[in-house]
Amino acid sequence: MEVKILSAKFDIENSHSLAVAREHGAYKTLDKLFGMDPADVIEEVKKSGLRGRGGAGFPAGIKWSFLPKDTGKPVYLAVNSDESEPATFKDRYILVRDPHMLIEGIVICCYAIGCHQTYIYIRGEYTSQVKILQQAIDEAYEAGYLGEKVAGRDFKLDVTVHRGAGAYVCGEETALLESIEGRKGQPRSKPPFPAVVGLYECPTIINNVQSIASLPFIIDQGADAYKAYGTEKSAGTHLFGISGHVEKPGMYELPLGLPLLEVIDKVAGGVWKGRALKGVIPGGSSTPVLTADEAKTVTLDYESMAEHGTMFGSGGIVVLDDTVDCVALVKNLIDFYHHESCGQCTPCREGLGWMLKIVKKILAGLGEKSDIELLLELCDNIEMKTVCVLSAACTMPVRSYLNKFRHEFEAYVEGGSLMQAAEIQK
Amino acid sequence: MSDRSQLIETGKPFEFDAERNAEFERLIKCYPTRDSMILPALWLTQEQQGWISAEAIAYIADRIGTYAAKVYEAATFYTMYHLRPMGTYHICICRTLSCWLREKQEIVDFLAEEIGITPGEVSDDGRFSLEEVECLGHCGTAPVVQINGEFHEEMNVEKMKAVLEGLE
Repeated sequence: MEVKILSAKFDIENSHSLAVAREHGAYKTLDKLFGMDPADVIEEVKKSGLRGRGGAGFPAGIKWSFLPKDTGKPVYLAVNSDESEPATFKDRYILVRDPHMLIEGIVICCYAIGCHQTYIYIRGEYTSQVKILQQAIDEAYEAGYLGEKVAGRDFKLDVTVHRGAGAYVCGEETALLESIEGRKGQPRSKPPFPAVVGLYECPTIINNVQSIASLPFIIDQGADAYKAYGTEKSAGTHLFGISGHVEKPGMYELPLGLPLLEVIDKVAGGVWKGRALKGVIPGGSSTPVLTADEAKTVTLDYESMAEHGTMFGSGGIVVLDDTVDCVALVKNLIDFYHHESCGQCTPCREGLGWMLKIVKKILAGLGEKSDIELLLELCDNIEMKTVCVLSAACTMPVRSYLNKFRHEFEAYVEGGSLMQAAEIQK
Repeated sequence: MSDRSQLIETGKPFEFDAERNAEFERLIKCYPTRDSMILPALWLTQEQQGWISAEAIAYIADRIGTYAAKVYEAATFYTMYHLRPMGTYHICICRTLSCWLREKQEIVDFLAEEIGITPGEVSDDGRFSLEEVECLGHCGTAPVVQINGEFHEEMNVEKMKAVLEGLE
């Protein structure tokens, strides 16, 4: 089931070094690229059906075409390598095992959109990873793939790595820009969208690492070759991160559209310890959970996930076995989003704290039935009442657990799980 | 969790050493505004002295030519900047979803017993500090522990014990 498009060089020794990467074809698309018209590059990417791999799934080529023409201002590219959504760990493999594929993708994108300065925003926790990335950038400068004359052409491009410092919210594209500008990561109100008013008030494109890293293949082999993978509306391949209760957790590149359960069984070795499946989080912790029943019919693509009332997200699949306490899991989730709230909007800053208190109360065996309703009411009053979607990233999944595993919450408030509750509180 | 609004004064002036100074000068040319150097300068400071002191905030503001309040704002917002000295070995344990599912609590409990500190504390001898952090992006090899920036994956109590024994 696995394919090797983005991960083609991942298993080669020293694949992060320029010499090895070049032996295996790195930067070979640049001749073709500079022979193309930038508008044709954008068309090819549009035709490929490549969708943003950060989680939102917005078509990459269309995003680029939102840039206003001839503003007299520089255009910036910000590569989002914040990768902080729990259960998401795919971009890290690109940074460490094939950083030159990312740099080549940056050249392609920048040529297409007329950009001469790129910032790669990498999460602060990626300490060893940032060194490998910076080393690759230094090598690319030395070899003339970056700098005053990219690949000897009359095209200037600089790439700067900007380290975050432990804030999930900076994965939100305008918070990311604020962070590059030296401020705390508080998202901006939109519109204006970054394509019009972005970094340093200039037109800016923000793309995820995997989106950018997909470009060399698309330009080299063509949009049709890319579309040969995946489904009609979900083209290409994706780096899926499978974690939680499976025998073989890890990162696997797969074409989009495969049946979820088949992937869990055949690729990830099935539910661990021979246990039964309770549910699956399909695309990072912010996506609504699927029950074991729902998981039977879902496929790994944007359409099927939407039909099942959830989202494709970041491709970070978390498998839950039948021992998982959903109330405790919800506490873990709310804890995360509450901790990561930037504090700008009251419903998020305060509301997530209220939700956390209520779930803790339920877990302690002190909850009442009305608390479950109160949690749902809070979800409704927090969601979409804020500048960004961080709060919704919490309320959407929490609502799904409250609805799909309500009996577990009820068991706690009815006192059936007091022993269990005491155990967890320890 | 420690108070993230209070700065500590060392009583001694702070300035970048030669290596950090060169890196500061290299980086400042990469941005069109000087304020963009706030986060990189905080990182350089932490690399040099392990944490961010009140004197360092003033120094960074001065070097960049910006308000100390702006540097303070960033230093207090981003949780990876330490506003007090940490242990020689700063141990971070991921507490989020996948690591939680794969029993990170056993390691937290073991460390608390072995080192005698709970998350958020620094040991009396200054050798260790322990912190429970949010998702470290290593969910496929959970649970994960990061010590002074170095990742230790697929951890369990046995492996944690061996890692501790291997420390100086």
